[in-house]
Amino acid sequence: MLILTCPYCGVTGEETEFAAGGEAHLKRFGPGSSDAEFESYLFARKNEKGVTFERWRHANGCGKWFHAARCTVTLEVFGTYKAQVTEPPKEILAAIRKRRPGWEPAA
Amino acid sequence: MSTRLATQGRLINRDKRLEFTFNGKRLQGYEGDTLAAALLANDQMLVGRSFKYHRPRGILASGSEEPNALVNLGEGARLEPNQRATTTELFHGLTATSQNHFPSLEFDIGEINNSLARFLPAGFYYKTFIHPRFAWKHVFEPFIRQSAGLGKAPKEADADRYEHFYAFVDVLVIGGGVAGLQAARAAGEAGARVLLIEQEPHWGGRAPVDGAVIEGKPAEDWVKDTLQALEAMENVTLRNRMMGAGVYDHGYALGYERVADHIPGSDLPRHRLWRIRAKQIVTATGAIERPLSFAGNDIPGVMLATAVRDYVVNYGVSPGDRTVVVTNNDDAYRTALCLKRAGLDVPMIVDVRPLVTSPLATEALQAGIRVETGKGIAKVKGRKRVTGVALCLQAGEGSVIEEVKCDAVAMSGGFSPVVHLWSHCGGKLIWDEANAHFRPDPARAPTGAQGEAFVVTAGMASGAMTTGEVLADADAAGKAAARAAGFTPRRFAAPKAAEEPSEPMAPVWMMPQGASYDLRMKMWLDFQNDVKVSDVQLAAREGYESVEHTKRYTTLGMATDQGKLSNINGLAVLADALGEDIPQVGTTTFRPPYTPISMGAIAGEARGEIFQPLRRTPIHGWHEAHGAHWEPVGHWRRPYAYPKAGETVEEAVHREVLNTRRRVGLLDASTLGKIVVKGPDAGRFLDMLYTNMMSTLKVGRCRYGLMCNENGFLSDDGVVARIDEDTWLCHTTSGGADRIHQWMEEWLQTEWWDWKVYVANLTEQYAQIAVVGPDARHVLERLGGMDVSKETLPFMGWQEGKLGGFDARVFRISFSGELSYEIAVPASQGLAFWEALMEVGEAYGMQPYGTEALHIMRAEKGFIMIGDETDGTVIPQDLGLHWAISKKKEDYLGKRAQARSFMDNPDRWQLVGLETLDGSVLPDGCYAIGEGTNANGQAEMFGRVTSTYYSPTLGRGIAMGLVHNGPQRMGEVIRFGTPDKSFVEARIVDPVFYDKEGEKQNV
Ligand SMILES: [Zn+2]
Repeated sequence: MLILTCPYCGVTGEETEFAAGGEAHLKRFGPGSSDAEFESYLFARKNEKGVTFERWRHANGCGKWFHAARCTVTLEVFGTYKAQVTEPPKEILAAIRKRRPGWEPAA
Repeated sequence: MSTRLATQGRLINRDKRLEFTFNGKRLQGYEGDTLAAALLANDQMLVGRSFKYHRPRGILASGSEEPNALVNLGEGARLEPNQRATTTELFHGLTATSQNHFPSLEFDIGEINNSLARFLPAGFYYKTFIHPRFAWKHVFEPFIRQSAGLGKAPKEADADRYEHFYAFVDVLVIGGGVAGLQAARAAGEAGARVLLIEQEPHWGGRAPVDGAVIEGKPAEDWVKDTLQALEAMENVTLRNRMMGAGVYDHGYALGYERVADHIPGSDLPRHRLWRIRAKQIVTATGAIERPLSFAGNDIPGVMLATAVRDYVVNYGVSPGDRTVVVTNNDDAYRTALCLKRAGLDVPMIVDVRPLVTSPLATEALQAGIRVETGKGIAKVKGRKRVTGVALCLQAGEGSVIEEVKCDAVAMSGGFSPVVHLWSHCGGKLIWDEANAHFRPDPARAPTGAQGEAFVVTAGMASGAMTTGEVLADADAAGKAAARAAGFTPRRFAAPKAAEEPSEPMAPVWMMPQGASYDLRMKMWLDFQNDVKVSDVQLAAREGYESVEHTKRYTTLGMATDQGKLSNINGLAVLADALGEDIPQVGTTTFRPPYTPISMGAIAGEARGEIFQPLRRTPIHGWHEAHGAHWEPVGHWRRPYAYPKAGETVEEAVHREVLNTRRRVGLLDASTLGKIVVKGPDAGRFLDMLYTNMMSTLKVGRCRYGLMCNENGFLSDDGVVARIDEDTWLCHTTSGGADRIHQWMEEWLQTEWWDWKVYVANLTEQYAQIAVVGPDARHVLERLGGMDVSKETLPFMGWQEGKLGGFDARVFRISFSGELSYEIAVPASQGLAFWEALMEVGEAYGMQPYGTEALHIMRAEKGFIMIGDETDGTVIPQDLGLHWAISKKKEDYLGKRAQARSFMDNPDRWQLVGLETLDGSVLPDGCYAIGEGTNANGQAEMFGRVTSTYYSPTLGRGIAMGLVHNGPQRMGEVIRFGTPDKSFVEARIVDPVFYDKEGEKQNV
């Protein structure tokens, strides 16, 4: 059971306090998008082994959505950050590279 | 025979006799006995039957690794199957029965499987599943079902109490042997908050049994002193009878405390599940002795050598008068010496090693014990009890050199560290060549949130083999854990132990080395599941190279003991058969719990009324007082109907429908979701959420709307009212309020976070009551207050005002097709308002109605119900709801998906009404059956019933369903299959059965 810190209310809590919401930073495709774009938005997930960016919600707390950068292999949490971004912020990327030198985000 | 000795028994109190029964037989034991020890003391070696072949099974071990001695414990509401006799503390009045046999333990008819063993090899289940089909159905399945299953499931509700407990510590030490005690001491001395847990009732583990000497005193005394020191430390908590069940992410661990198993009837909770957060975890879980694989190693009387010693020293019980010891290592010599000291006969020590000159061997020879080196056991003689062994050369093929009479065999195949808890959360293992076992690799420990190692092993769990090594390792582990948790360890030296010189063990995976097939198919690896050496070899021959596949194919290690004894032996045999090294083959995955924990402990206090909180509307109590027949709706309870005396529920429902259609009815609709959406961008937001236009809705008006997910599937519906320029009130389904509120939040927070919109879920702030029927307006007029006339408050309008003195928001919306007012009042006024309505309504024959009448009336009107007409694969277009889908809007959630080729396609199952030709009610969920069969050989199906009721209004069955191209097939008669395999014919009709023009609601 992971421990995460909500970047809104600052509470550090057990995983049961949060709800997982799948891959972060998906780009929404709506009307006018190609079948391939829409399919990738709806179904294609990176499901990475290693560094991953996830959506979480402080479900049994302040109710806010946030993102977590963590490693699915070692269970390390590199950081959590607010959901109002389209890509991981610089300080999160720096925190990941500090522990995973040479790491590059997957395309 | 096995019997009680006159001496020894460090854990029993001979002054306190306890009575118990086994299979109805009255027996006696002593306080401090385990059930297994007491059974052996009564010469009850035969305790059960194996799972597949129903072979006689005796007690093999003395701890939680025991695969055989599983019993049904207790009776009635305290019956619990599959309880290990070796970890069950004896108490006065204990009742146990053996398992997996018919009609009796001594004579079991299923033992016939044993003679069929050649026909039930590895993968038997898989093979019979595949071919031939008829044989599975008529021959194997009935046979297997009859003989399957260990134990008996209890029939009564559990009479005991269970609870959860939360603990937060710096260092959790799992295991209270000398390693755990020392680790806890080192961590405690550093100032860390320490929790030390031990699964057995007593502390110290094996060391006192093995005669270890620590700091110049017997281990027993050292344990006592160390315990005293720990108890004196305020920052250290000790808990015995508490197993470390699992280690999970970020230092989470589960402890399983058997609080009152040994004192039934006390008012204590029976089990307590500890949910522990630890900065560091020390696993001092010891090691488990491995069996040796020789023919007949499963015959009752063959035991682990350490277990034999445990029974003699701890309980004063001898498993046999004449015990042959067979081993590949020095430790088993301790068992031989221990038996000899107890005055028992040890005819022979059989040692596979060619030459043994260690001090223990010398001591054995001096004690007059015959030691045969380079030898093995060709086979064990006996059936329900060992009668002797046949000796052979270990290097040979099993030619018998000599037969030795004995009634017990003590075997030792070396020791495997208990790595389970280390492995649960990702700790990796390395192969230790010298001791032929896997041990934790300290360089690859489970990691926490910062990438730090959070588990460290101590003692034998690390692979340390002598008491001195164990204590040094444990001391270092305790200090390391304290340091990692932020404390500074004291510089005390680790305690010293007397030297225990020994010779290296010799790995032996099969005895003798060149055993024939006949011998190999009698060498048990997994005693509970009946997996033998020959089965694993067969799996390898059939192409099972992965250890995980072999496990599932042969069922090796899949029994309730989870392969504690069979794991290494099994994979060594597999590696040999594959011609690979053991580390290459690897182990199967270790999963929690370490040994099974009770369902009661998992549930804790969450049972009965407090299993789940119940949501109650402000009028709940009134419903209850007026005989409501309840229906669960989400976490709510809603009245299904209000049966009167002498009335069935069904009759009540029909009465409520007719009364509402003819006169007036009252519905508690408080559970309806009520979400306020407010802000400059609220209209724009709702246009994205609903398929139709909400931004154009006029203040004071209501509009029915549909919400879809991004897959295009219908997810919720309800009426939206525009409250003012920037405020909308969205009604959702009763079960959907929280979900839709979260759905709105999700989009606002994660996609359109720059839009100026707030949403609030006000569901519980208001009671909502529907007054429905031709006399609805009269009732409200009599109540007095605001104008509810057609002119002032037309259909699909809403108004705020006072009704009978109550603060009311009145919506002219109808889910029944009748003249209908839905009135929201503050929750605190809900009950009073309901009662006021009931009072004035009496003159009009007003009666309350429940959810079933509501459902029937909406079906009569052809209104869809989320969850009936929809199931997560239905788009609004399937339901003929095109009118509620905006063509003008560029975008809404689900729009793009609804343009996908298979969605934007008339070739789908679509909503129609269905009328049976004979007026009967179609069975719910039945399918429309076509001609012929599909690719899977099933009947061709082209539609299904989604809602079906008896309509009291129309006096016949009505239904809605989704039928292929349905709307184009009006008037066609199709047939539906029923559960009794007959057919019902129904005509496809318009789904609106009642008041097609909507005249009744718009008055
Ligand atoms: Zn929060």
